[in-house]
Formats: sequence, structure tokens, C-alpha cells
Amino acid sequence: MDQADIPDITHQSHVFTDGLLLDCGVHLASLTVAYRSYGTLNAERSNAVLICHALTGDQYVAERHPVTGKGPWWDQLVGSGRPIDTDRYFVICSNVLGGCMGTTGPMEPRAPGEAPWGTDFPPITIRDMVRAQKRLIDRLAIDRLFAVIGGSMGGMQVLEWAATYPEAVFAALPIATAAYHSAQNIAFNEVGRQAIFADPDFNGGQYYATGRVPAGGLGVARMVAHITYLSEQALNRKFGRKLQGSAAAPLAMFGDMFQVESYLQHQGSTFVRRFDANSYLTITRAMDYFDLAAEHEGDLSRAFAGTPTRFCIISFSSDWLFPTAESRAVARALNKAAANVSFVEVESDKGHDAFLLDEPDLRRIVAGFLSGCAAHAGLDPQ
Amino acid sequence: MRVDLRLIAEMVAPGSRVLDIGCSDGALIDELTRTRGCDARGIEIDMAEVTRTVARGLPVMHGDADSDLSHYPDRAFDYVVLSRTLQAVEKPREVLRQMLRIGERAIVSFPNFGHWQVRLQLLWSGRMPMTSVWARPWHETPNIHPCTIRDFFVLCAEEGYAVEQWLAIDEDGWKSPWRRNASLANIFGEQALFQLRKLPSSR
Repeated sequence: MDQADIPDITHQSHVFTDGLLLDCGVHLASLTVAYRSYGTLNAERSNAVLICHALTGDQYVAERHPVTGKGPWWDQLVGSGRPIDTDRYFVICSNVLGGCMGTTGPMEPRAPGEAPWGTDFPPITIRDMVRAQKRLIDRLAIDRLFAVIGGSMGGMQVLEWAATYPEAVFAALPIATAAYHSAQNIAFNEVGRQAIFADPDFNGGQYYATGRVPAGGLGVARMVAHITYLSEQALNRKFGRKLQGSAAAPLAMFGDMFQVESYLQHQGSTFVRRFDANSYLTITRAMDYFDLAAEHEGDLSRAFAGTPTRFCIISFSSDWLFPTAESRAVARALNKAAANVSFVEVESDKGHDAFLLDEPDLRRIVAGFLSGCAAHAGLDPQ
Repeated sequence: MRVDLRLIAEMVAPGSRVLDIGCSDGALIDELTRTRGCDARGIEIDMAEVTRTVARGLPVMHGDADSDLSHYPDRAFDYVVLSRTLQAVEKPREVLRQMLRIGERAIVSFPNFGHWQVRLQLLWSGRMPMTSVWARPWHETPNIHPCTIRDFFVLCAEEGYAVEQWLAIDEDGWKSPWRRNASLANIFGEQALFQLRKLPSSR
């Protein structure tokens, strides 16, 4: 597989020289948060929307990606005239703590001039990610975000934002997510991590100086994870049992015989060109640790006690990684806290991935919910 | 807006917290939010309706009267509304108890099975009645718990609910002239609309 390093690109960022105290007790001496913003912050500084990205996403939510050259990753929802309208809202998206697109993470030097952290990077939590984002929002002099929106791990951050900084979140949109990572979710992550560990090029996490990255292991991790993002129906519809190349080819043990195999291998090999293996380990761990109820005496509703935030929870009918039942549990915890909550399951056969794809109902719900909230927040339509 | 929903909206004090169970297209919560400054929310069992209503910017969650009310805290609302749905829930008495636990007041509307057409049809044909209100055959109807206005008064007395307001209305929702007399209403009223409150002495 490809052995190329992730290209060295300068990302827009803010540096916090006082660092960040993590849940694990370690104090990061310095914190860098890389981010992108779109649209204009209004005079009242009241129209800011924070987008929280998923496990392998990044801050380039509404523009061409500087590394892959691919289009915006949430093109369905974010942009001019889209449901999260950059003509109306000031949209911010930052790379998560532990990431590999400019925010402090395992591939950054431990201190200026020193070697990268590698696997010595401290374990982080979703709450640590949110604290880092809060520092950025404070630096931008925004007291209250109009909305915090995200899918999958981004949705975990949305829930954590609402629980940790309720006064700073007017509206929260957690999509295709849950208040904790299930045993099944953790199990799939562990397979991915073990694939990375088993790659000889991993070199105990210190592969940055060797010129070889654990592309094989990281690629397998991505392949496994990708299966969990799709539904059985979607796989059948896209590939079925279709063979690669000539149908008359002789039976062979190896090589990508089935189209679904070459699809997954392609997913794996393109992923390693833009993602760091140590970041993958760090962030999957943070997801596994996530259990919002456990942070509040085991009662999820306590996380939202007295919350002023308006919630809209969205799940997808064929998502088996973050099934609707888990979204419903969050909605019921919010009911228990007497919070203002909308909860919808979108009918889709595209699995967990549906939150990133063209789902007209998703677009309508996000647009309608935000418009309704904008009216309550006194944001004037432009 | 349906006339019975307009009558319900008139019962609600401005600025109150309202939960509308079975809110369908959200007409009532929209009305209460816009014209009465209420914090009105809905629960709806039909997902397509939920999708349309949330896409209109109204706070609605997918759920149903039988299983979702128990998740709300006591006195979370000033009014809990259940319109034309009581006869279709699995446990009407439990749903009413939950409504008056999570809300200060309950507003309930239901079709009256004591209406003279229903009585006559059963008496003369010996078959389950079919009227404009009770429009589906017995094996297809979702209305598994029909009751009369008198039945409902009895239930309220048994459960210790004060009937603060009640009226009988015809199918189009207009208030009927015999609305002041419960016996007449039980014969001539096609629908009934009640506002209840738990008596202080009851559990």
C-alpha cells in the first residue's frame, strides 16, 4: 500500500499558550486549534454555528479539501443557500483535539523542536475535545453559539457541549449518535486498533522518522470501520455479488474478485494518504470512553437538568452502528429533564453513512429546525 | 384549523407550557406558539407527520401516548392535550393518569359512543355501528376503547379528577345547543371536549 506521508500543509489555527488540562490529569503545555470559518459573524455575535466533525472528518466542511482535493464533506447541509446557510450563519468547524489536520495531536511535536508525541500522546476524551473547541469560541469572542451540529462522533461532541456549556448553546443537533459507545462499537474499534498495532511499520507508534507509515494496518482499520458505516441493503444494492473484471475468470483464492472487496480496499488505501495512524488510535479511544450518563451519576437526564437548549435529535432507520433506540434514549432523557426536544428517525437504507449523504428529509429537518430556532433566538432572516 | 382544535386553543392560558399528544401536523402547537406565546410541544406516532412538522420548525418528537409519557417529570406542563386519541390508546386510564401527573391540567377530546345514531344502529341492526365518526369496520378500527360522555364522567369521578370545563360538539366541531345538559349531550353530542384537573385529595 501507499507509503506516502500526509502532505505538510499550513492550517489556519489559534494557539493557546496556557495549554489545556485534560480529563486524564495531564496538562498539555500548549494547545493549537486548527479551524475554518465561513460566512460573516453579525454585529451581535449571535449567528455562530459550530460544526463538530466525525472520527475521520476535519475542519474543511464547506470547501475543497487541501490534501485530497475532494469537495466539501458536508456539501448536502453546509454552504450558501443550504440548510446550514453560510449566507445567514457564521459557520465554524475545528479539527478535533488529537486530530491530524493542524490541531494538537500525536503527530505534532511534543515541544518545539522535539519529536512527535506518537503513542505518548495522552488519552483524551470527547469532553477534552469540546473544551478545546470552547477555547476557540472564547477566542473568537462568541458568548453563545446559535447552534452546535454534528453527526456520529460529532454528535457526541454536540451532546457534550450541551451538557458542559448549556448557556453557550442555543440549539443542539446531534445526528446519528448516542450518549455512549456500545460494546459493539468498542469491539469494532478494537479490531481496527489491533490491525494498526500488527503492522510492522507501526514501529511502536514512532514511525514518523522512518519514512514508512503503517498504511497496511490503518487501511484494514478503515475497511472494517467502513463496513459498519453501511447497511446490508446498501452493500447489496451497490455491489451484490458482482465480480471484478471478466465474469469468466477462473476461480482464484486471492486478489479482489468481488467488487465489494476492491471498493473496501480503495477506501483503505485512500484513507492512509490523509490520516495519521496515531490520531486514529487516540480518537477511537476517546469515542470508546464516551459515556455521558456516567459523567452525571449514571443518570443521563442529569446531564441536561434545567437546560435552556433546544434539541433536535435525528437518527436513520438502517443505521446499526448508532441505532435509533440510542437516539430515542437521549430524547427520553431530555424529556425527563423537561427539555425542548424534537426527535425524528429518517427513513433511509444507507446505514450510518446516511448523515453524510443526500437525504432530502435530513436537509428539510435541519433547515426547518434551524429556521424555527432562529425565530426564537431573534435572528433576523436576511 | 379544525374547529375542535380552535376550541382547545381557547381553553389554554397565554404563555403556558403545553404538550400536545398526537399532534399530527402540529396545527395546535403552531397556533399556541404564534398567537398565545406558549411553549408548545408535540408527540406524534406517525413518522412522516413528525418529519413534516419538525421541518416546519415545530418541536415534535416521535413517540406515543402509551409508552412515552412516563419519561416526563411531574408538573412539566401547564396543559397536556389529547385530541381524538383517547379511544385509540391501549390504556386510556393510565394515559389520563400520566397526563395529570406531568401536567397541571388535561384537555381531552373523544368521539362519543353514546350518540343516538350509534345507539340506534346497534339496536336495530344488531351489528357494530358505522357512522361518520365511527367510520371503520370493527376489525379495522384503531378505536379499541370507545366510551360515552357518561362513561367519561364516571371515570373522572373514580379517578378523582375535577371536570373544570366540558362541552359536546358535533362532527365539525361546533358547540351544540344541548351542551349544558350531560344526558342530552350524551345522546346528541358526536364529540366531547373536557378540561380536567386532579383534585388535591386524590393520589
